[in-house]
Amino acid sequence: MTTNASTIDTPAAEEFEHPDSIANQAFGFWLYIMSDLVLFGAIFATYMVLSHNYAGGPTGKDLFHLPYTFGETMLLLFSSATYGLAMLAMHENKKDRVLMWLFITFLLGLGFIGMEINEFHHMILDGNGPERSGFLSAFFTLVGTHGTHVTFGLIWMAVMMTQTVLKGLTPPVQSRLIRLSIFWHFLDIVWVGVFTIVYLMGVL
Amino acid sequence: MNLTPMDRAGAGRGSFKSYTVGFILSILLTAIAFSLAIQSDGLPHWTVLTGIFGAAVLQILVHLHYFLHLDTSSSARWNILALVITLLIMILFVGLSLWIMANLDYRMM
Repeated sequence: MTTNASTIDTPAAEEFEHPDSIANQAFGFWLYIMSDLVLFGAIFATYMVLSHNYAGGPTGKDLFHLPYTFGETMLLLFSSATYGLAMLAMHENKKDRVLMWLFITFLLGLGFIGMEINEFHHMILDGNGPERSGFLSAFFTLVGTHGTHVTFGLIWMAVMMTQTVLKGLTPPVQSRLIRLSIFWHFLDIVWVGVFTIVYLMGVL
Repeated sequence: MNLTPMDRAGAGRGSFKSYTVGFILSILLTAIAFSLAIQSDGLPHWTVLTGIFGAAVLQILVHLHYFLHLDTSSSARWNILALVITLLIMILFVGLSLWIMANLDYRMM
């Protein structure tokens, strides 16, 4: 990481093309992801402490429908794979294929968020909103925080599709697409923790 | 093979094969975990728990390796180091929270 003396007087656009800068930006983003993991660690700890405080309300067994969660999981898994295909197309510099795979990834992510909002909506309508019990407060916090991350990922993806159309696969755009891929795969990893600890443990 | 900046980005270049293998393994592990939970009535509790958590840990490793391309190469060394430190913080965070709150619960009863 011996970049910096030279970048001070380089124009900003060229800075991206410095051989190390895409790698450095990806590593910096990786460190942000690590801090996000600590955030999720705190919320997981809260959930695990409160997960049996039902206050006479419904338990996970009453609320969770595993085939539905399996469907959400599949959407997220497929979207991780299709983002991977977008990255492969990016390395081959095939703009149309990048856009196609990004769009499919976007739709899969949107399907995931739609299913999650639908689940939340029905729970709240049935009187099982976050105010019902400690367990449900923690449930909405944990699953909602993950869903918020996915939503921001979708916004970011929409921005990147626009940039790919307008600017093409320039080094800055590629650098951003690489960082979005780290973010997207990371959200899938967090979801593995969520479905294991919340949904699967919840119905046992 | 010459190195491009992406190769050194930690979350660098995958291949069609690596994404396919990762995808199939993830589907298998997810299916195993869900079917264990759905059929949990006929099985001993600890078998189900071990199976579910084993599948989760394996799946996280699969994602890190096949989707985020973490390996033992020197280009990923700093990513791995940051991840290991973060995991240590998370284990302390979750483990000690559970310990303290369970202890408090016991003493308040």
